[in-house]
Amino acid sequence: MIKRALVLLFLFALGTLFVELLLTYTPDTQLNQTGRYYAEHSAQDLGTVNITTAIIVTYRGLDTLGEVTVLFLTAAIVGVLLSRGDHKGKSLQRKLPQSGELLTTGSYLLVPLILLLGAYVFINGHLTPGGGFQGGAIIASAILLMLLTDPLRHFSHSIIAAVESISGLFFIGLGVLGIFYAGGFLDNRLLPLGELGSLFSAGVIPIIYSFIGLKVGAEFSSMLVNLSETEDT
Amino acid sequence: MVTIAMVTGFILILMGLYGALTNPNILRMIVSFSIANTGVNIVLVAIGYIQGRTAPILDEAVPVAEAAARIIDPTPQALVLTAIVIGLGVTTLMLTYAYKLYEMKGTLNIAKFSELKW
Repeated sequence: MIKRALVLLFLFALGTLFVELLLTYTPDTQLNQTGRYYAEHSAQDLGTVNITTAIIVTYRGLDTLGEVTVLFLTAAIVGVLLSRGDHKGKSLQRKLPQSGELLTTGSYLLVPLILLLGAYVFINGHLTPGGGFQGGAIIASAILLMLLTDPLRHFSHSIIAAVESISGLFFIGLGVLGIFYAGGFLDNRLLPLGELGSLFSAGVIPIIYSFIGLKVGAEFSSMLVNLSETEDT
Repeated sequence: MVTIAMVTGFILILMGLYGALTNPNILRMIVSFSIANTGVNIVLVAIGYIQGRTAPILDEAVPVAEAAARIIDPTPQALVLTAIVIGLGVTTLMLTYAYKLYEMKGTLNIAKFSELKW
């Protein structure tokens, strides 16, 4: 009882703080200096139409590298914590009810379409809302659908690991090439900027974002596969 | 518009924290943390919104020359994209640890885990 009262007291204090924040908040009417710089320069300097993508892949590309590293660490820790010495033989022993006809047939139709949508989203990350992280999540959702249809399906861990490592290597490799042939680490002007708004534009941004998409998709998939292969003891 | 989004975000944060602090079940705590996380993201995105402007993507409606006067702040959006991805990673880790805890004790009731209690 006392515990609940303390919780409510704490939340009341926090709520008062939020109300205070809300009442004194005045929305901006102009972009601040950073936002203005990004708005004015990303089209000319980097050739991207989607300014958020320009920030994520090039202006703050190092942060994105860190973010991808955090995701990789998460996937690795999940793999280490849930790994069993001999779960290959064990995971096949579970008896499960048949998944329904609708789910099975629906997944045959939907999985290729979802994969296609994921690839579309990360290849067009510099033109439309979307990008590597969103596309990767969409690709992982196709894997999730396949796992729902057949929970015993075995996904090759080595293929997932290979996709992840290769795309990670290319991401960093393109960044390092930028040091020698362009303005700096992760500079996108390695390739010509092209015409603003076309698919082959914005230098290496679509290539880097595609590799990020593949990497994120592989990481999410490995988390899903690891979580689904655990056994009730 | 901004006010509605910010109020929603703050309410979600409070709801999530209330759930995380009062639920004895670890899985429910994880769900509560996800809700609070969503609230934080909504508040952050709402702060970048500027009345009467559009998304930071250049097209016919937003020519390059007028970009600075027509788009909302792109920085919070990039920040929130990062926050969402990291939030997902944190949720996955919490779920994994919850699984390991269940394996150890056979229960997800937080009151049964008294090793670190004082």
